[in-house]
Amino acid sequence: MIDMSLIFGKLTLDAIPHDPVALGGVIFMLIMGALTVCALTYFKLWKWLWDEYLTSLDPKKIGVMYIAVAVVMLLRGLVDASMIRLQQAISVGNDPGYLAPEHFQQIFSAHGTIMIFFVAMPIMFGLINLVMPLQIGARDVAFPFLNSVSFYLFVAGAALVNLSLVLGEFSTAGWLSYPPLSELQFSPGVGVDYWIWALQIGGFGSLFSGINFIATIIKMRAPGMTLMRMPIFTWTVLTSMILVVFAFPILTATLAMLAADRTLGMHFFTTDFGGNVMMYVNLIWAWGHPEVYILVLPGFGVFSEIVPVFSQKRLFGYTSMVLATCAITFFSFIVWVHHFFTMGAGAAVNAFFGIMTMIIAIPTGVKIFNWLFTMFRGRVVFSSMMHWFLGFVASFTLGGMSGVLLSIPAADFELHNSLFLVAHFHNMIISGVLFGYFAGIAYWFPKIFGFKLNETWGIRAFWCWIIGFFVAFIPLYILGIMGATRRLDHYDPSLGWQPLFIVAGVGVCILILGAMCQVIQIYVSIRDRKENIAGPDPWNGRTLEWSVPSPAPFYNFARIPTVFGRDAYWNMKQAAGIKLEAPARTLRDAALFERSEFAGARNVLAGAQPYEDIELPKNTPFGLYLGAASFLFGFGVIWHMYWLVPLALVIGIGLVIARTFDEDTEEHFGAAEIERLDKAYI
Amino acid sequence: MNENTNAMKDKYVFGFWLYIMSDCLLFASLFATFAVLQNNVAEGPAGGDIFSLPFVLLETLILLTSSFTMGLAILSMYRKDRRQSLGWLTATAVLGASFIVLELSEFIRFIAEGNGPQTSAFLSSSFTLVGTHGLHVAFGLVWMVTLMLHIYHKGFTPKNERVFTNLVLFWHFLDIIWIFIFSFVYLMQITA
Repeated sequence: MIDMSLIFGKLTLDAIPHDPVALGGVIFMLIMGALTVCALTYFKLWKWLWDEYLTSLDPKKIGVMYIAVAVVMLLRGLVDASMIRLQQAISVGNDPGYLAPEHFQQIFSAHGTIMIFFVAMPIMFGLINLVMPLQIGARDVAFPFLNSVSFYLFVAGAALVNLSLVLGEFSTAGWLSYPPLSELQFSPGVGVDYWIWALQIGGFGSLFSGINFIATIIKMRAPGMTLMRMPIFTWTVLTSMILVVFAFPILTATLAMLAADRTLGMHFFTTDFGGNVMMYVNLIWAWGHPEVYILVLPGFGVFSEIVPVFSQKRLFGYTSMVLATCAITFFSFIVWVHHFFTMGAGAAVNAFFGIMTMIIAIPTGVKIFNWLFTMFRGRVVFSSMMHWFLGFVASFTLGGMSGVLLSIPAADFELHNSLFLVAHFHNMIISGVLFGYFAGIAYWFPKIFGFKLNETWGIRAFWCWIIGFFVAFIPLYILGIMGATRRLDHYDPSLGWQPLFIVAGVGVCILILGAMCQVIQIYVSIRDRKENIAGPDPWNGRTLEWSVPSPAPFYNFARIPTVFGRDAYWNMKQAAGIKLEAPARTLRDAALFERSEFAGARNVLAGAQPYEDIELPKNTPFGLYLGAASFLFGFGVIWHMYWLVPLALVIGIGLVIARTFDEDTEEHFGAAEIERLDKAYI
Repeated sequence: MNENTNAMKDKYVFGFWLYIMSDCLLFASLFATFAVLQNNVAEGPAGGDIFSLPFVLLETLILLTSSFTMGLAILSMYRKDRRQSLGWLTATAVLGASFIVLELSEFIRFIAEGNGPQTSAFLSSSFTLVGTHGLHVAFGLVWMVTLMLHIYHKGFTPKNERVFTNLVLFWHFLDIIWIFIFSFVYLMQITA
């Protein structure tokens, strides 16, 4: 009999979970997958999916796919969150709760990993893909094929995380997998390897996107759009992507070293043979702190677009907004030690990092005041997006204050690793990142699909999210001060924590209600799409994306506009004589721009430029194939299948080389055809 | 059309500079780790005990020469001399491959002497740092051969020219990284 381990490596039948809770998850996932496949087959949608989305290099399509995958992952992350809360609400004294400690640890590790890497990052990349090229008056990103590769690398990473449910286990070492716990000695299973390779593969995708978007913004802006005329969202994308390019290589190197420890028996972070554990902690936070700003800066950017539009006033303090963004970008690299003041670096080092951390609050405060002054004396339309913004201001400011509190090393020694910290960073990320992205999705949805999202359900979702957020996390602040550390799967009843944990659990239920409202919102919006046709400019917008029809045509701009100032489209509308002095009171009114006026504005926008021939990239499945090859590579390394690793590598390199020999990658559109398509919209 | 081509080239070369910048950060992380771990030799040898200066000098000279031939190759491209350019590229590839062979033989020698990367944190970090550079050179060789095929078949199309420009940037970048490895890993350990 041949040795099966030559073929399957460490993989045996034991890898399929036996624990009923985990098995339930597996079965649920398989059923959902099977249902999706059946639905696609029944409605004969495979070809449509393949031609219109999977192989598309159109950034708008890629953006939609990013967000679609992220939403699925968000639901999984929410399920993880509610499982954590349920365990902590009932696991007191003699009751061990319903989760084994090992399983509980996998869940909180998966929750953090999924929410940051496979929800927040892809929604951000999705929004950038959807909006940024339109905002700068470009037809595409700088490297369309690389964009598709980035997306499929992210998908390969997400697939590995989900696969860990079915085969083997996920990491039990937390979302950042600190050694020595994450070393082979203490985590001999495949969980940490799943974590490493999911992040490593997805991380390469992020890095490529970072390079791609910087090149797009620097090299492909419409004529006249100087840096200081760029919309603030584009500015925040630029700074965020600069952070990606600076920070993600550190993550790549760190993960590679941890993998070398685990797979090749090296000694970077082991406790013996001269390894240094704190080296890992420093490196991972040298990436990890900028990562926080990578996520939140585009969130700020979204609000900087929404607040002026719905206050019907230009943004207050554009220059200071840009400077504040740049300041945050800079400072985010010199605060990483505040994640581990307890390392023992000494008073001087801790004081430096504490003060730097406090300083970040200043540019952030500048931004908050700029938004509030924009609203001041504006005619504010209370759309669902403004709800998200106001909820953000209230809760983000609170979270910021708890952050300044934590930045004091002496206080941090007390609160380090407690639920106070957990409450703080959820406070920042839910309000700054998630609310921002939700607002952004609602705001730009009509530009992509041509109809608006239902406002009633959007506002209901907002109220569930904001109330649920406070109910879920204020108790954690209190519990933290009472001494509850994070990641507890069991505690003693005499501590008196249970009531607060139960309240927090109720909060999560409200949050899930919010997510359900959003699912209903999408359903209702699609059902009633005929009544909610958006038109090109549904919000009375100020930036270039509103100057093209909705949904935006595949070429974005029939004629590349010339930009003469900030708020380029607003200026054009004024030049075309559209009455801006009588702003609409309701959203429905705001949607009503006469078609002729719209055409007039667009003519001003395009200046006297003639239609021209356009070259756009053709669809290609190579990105998908590359993602599949990298998935196989990761799978092979995780399970020590030493025949699969080189095979996947050769396939991957072969695919890249084959792609370079494909000369027929561009599609040509004649000026006449573009003119015909463009006129058809007007 | 001409203007368009320039803009394209500009975009691609700029993007490649961004990539090189990110790669600098990758190496910076590995250098920083090496700096922290270089004296953690545990029970194993220190750098001075195992590194051979003449050997590393030979590697260095080969790699620097390959950079020189790479420069000559792109100068031939500017003159549109396909034969000469391919000749210099071949010379570069041969030199690069010899560098890889030498580096692998050094690794094999260390491991055979019982000083593999599992021996100590110092050896883990030096193997990884030197090996990551070697991996980049190997990747550059695959790229170079692919480009040579393209140039052989199609000559100097705008696409080939900009890819060539990027490859030259990449190759010189690896040279610079090697200078740092030579100084910080080998020279400083040997003289310590």
